[in-house]
Amino acid sequence: MEGAVIAEHISKTYTKGKKVQVGVSDLSFSVNKGELFGLIGPDGAGKTTMFHIFTTLLLADSGNASVDGNDVVKDYKKIRNTIGYMPGRFSLYQDLSVEENLDFFATAFKTTVEANYDLIKEIYVQIEPFKTRRAGQLSGGMKQKLALCCALVHRPTVLFLDEPTTGVDAISRREFWDMLKRLKEQGITILVSTPYMDEANLCDRIALMQQGKILVIDSPADIKKNYKNTLWSVKSNDMFKSLTDLRTFNATISCFSFGDEHHLSLKSDITEEMIINFLKEKGHTDIVVKKVQPNIEDCFMELMSTKTNADTTPNA
Amino acid sequence: MPELVIETKQLTKRFGDFIAADEVTFNVAKGEIFGFLGANGAGKTTVMRMLCGLSMPSSGSATIAGYDIYNETELIKKNIGYMSQKFCLYEDLTVKENITLYGGIYGLSSKVIKNRTETLLQSLGLTSEANNLVKGLPLGWKQKLAFSIAIFHEPKVVFLDEPTGGVDPITRRQFWEMIYETSRKGITVFATTHYMDEAEYCNRVAIMVDGKIEALDSPAGLKQTYNQKTMDDVFYILARKATRKAD
Repeated sequence: MEGAVIAEHISKTYTKGKKVQVGVSDLSFSVNKGELFGLIGPDGAGKTTMFHIFTTLLLADSGNASVDGNDVVKDYKKIRNTIGYMPGRFSLYQDLSVEENLDFFATAFKTTVEANYDLIKEIYVQIEPFKTRRAGQLSGGMKQKLALCCALVHRPTVLFLDEPTTGVDAISRREFWDMLKRLKEQGITILVSTPYMDEANLCDRIALMQQGKILVIDSPADIKKNYKNTLWSVKSNDMFKSLTDLRTFNATISCFSFGDEHHLSLKSDITEEMIINFLKEKGHTDIVVKKVQPNIEDCFMELMSTKTNADTTPNA
Repeated sequence: MPELVIETKQLTKRFGDFIAADEVTFNVAKGEIFGFLGANGAGKTTVMRMLCGLSMPSSGSATIAGYDIYNETELIKKNIGYMSQKFCLYEDLTVKENITLYGGIYGLSSKVIKNRTETLLQSLGLTSEANNLVKGLPLGWKQKLAFSIAIFHEPKVVFLDEPTGGVDPITRRQFWEMIYETSRKGITVFATTHYMDEAEYCNRVAIMVDGKIEALDSPAGLKQTYNQKTMDDVFYILARKATRKAD
C-alpha cells in the first residue's frame, strides 16, 4: 500500500530512572496522500512519540517508518526539507517579531514568504496587524496561527500538527479546523493529533489510541457503525442518583454522563419500558429514555474497556 | 436564602488601560457546582486569581467563605482548595508524602493527617501505591489524587482550573463523579473547563466575554434562553461576540 506517511511495527520505550515506560508498542498505520488523518487519544497514548519518529527527531527501538517514500532513518535530511511540523509546545523564537519568525523559517528552507504567500495568506492576514509584535507577546490563538504559518511557509507535502488545539477555547478550535479543511483542499497531507474526541469527526480517518496502542483505525462514520452494544440516552429528576442506580441494572455494561443525559450501554434486547420501570422502582421521576447513536467518545470508551487495561486501576 | 460562599459585587481588575475583569457580580451558594466559562482571554483567570486572594481588585467587593477579598486574603487561602491541570503534585515525592506536605501546609495536626490519609488512600484504591513516587502513576490517577489533596483540609470552596485536560474519557467522567460527591458533602466547587459537555454537569454556569459576565444561569436555563440544543452552541453564540483576543 502506498501511503504518504507509513508506520510499520513501530515500538519505542523510554527509561525513566529504573522504570521502563512504553511510548508506543508495535504501531502500524498508513496515511494516504491528501488525507486528513487524526491520532486521537489522551495524554500518554503515544501521539507525540509518533510525531517525533516521523519528523526524524527520535529513533524507534524497532520497526520502520517513512514519509513520502523517504525512510525516517536513512533519508532523514530529505524528510526535514519537505515536511511542516507544528510541535505541541510553542517553539518559535519568542524574541523575534511575527514577520521575523516567518522570514526566518522561509530562509531556513531556502525560499521566501512571497513565493508561497498564497498558501498562508488566509491565516497570515489575521495576524498581520501584529506583525511587528514579538512572538512571545502574542495571545494563545495568535501564536497558534503564527506557528501554522511558519510550518507552511516552505509549502510542505505533509503537515504534522501535534495537539494544535489543546487548551484552546471552543471558538478558536472551530476556526482552526476550518483552516485545516482548506489546507487539505490544497492537496496537503495532514497528520494531526488531539485529545478532544469531538474533533475526530472532522478527520477523513482516525486512529483511536490509548497507552501506546491503537484501539482502532477507520473513518469516524465506520467506527460509530461498529459500536457493539445498544446505546440509550437516559434522563431523570436526580441525575447523580440515576447514574449510580443504572449501574446496578442487570443488563448494564456501562453508564456514563454525557452532558445533560446519561449514555447507558446495554447487552441484550432490553426495552424502553424495562429501563423506565427499573428507574421508577428506584424512585425516579421525569424519566426520559430513548435509543441514541453512539459518538466517537462512546466508541472510545467501549474499546478502552475491552481492548486495554483501562486507566482506572493504579497498576494498569 | 441559601448560605453564600462566594459573593462578588462589581469586581473589577484593570491592568493600565486594559480592563481584564469588568464589574463582575455573582453569588455562589454552599455546595453548588459553579462552572466558569469563557474564551481564552475573556478574564476567567483574572477573576479566579482575585477570588483566591492572589490578586488585589482595582475596585468592587467580594467575600469568599465570609472573608473579605481586600483585608483577609490569608484567611481566604486557608479556607479554599485549588487545583489546576498544569500543576498538581510533586512528582518526586511519594503519594503519602504529597498528602502529608499539603496537610502540613494547611496546618492540620499530624494525627488528623494520619487518619485522613488512610481513609483517602482507601477510597481512591491507592493504598498499595502509598509509598511510590507520584511520577509513576497514570495521569488519570494523578488528577484524582490532586483533587483529593485540594479538598484534604475540607475547605469551604475548591477552585478547579481546567482539571480534566488530557485525560481519557472514562477518567474524565470519574473525575466529575468525585466533584458531585464533594458538592454533596457541602463543599462548593468552582470550575473552569474547555469541555462544553462538562458545563452541563454544573448547577449553574457563568459565561465571560471580554471581561464581563455575559450570561449566568443553569445549563437548562441557558439553552432555553438562547434556544440551543447544547451548551457548546450556547457558548459559541456568546463567545463569538468577543472583540478582544488576548491571553
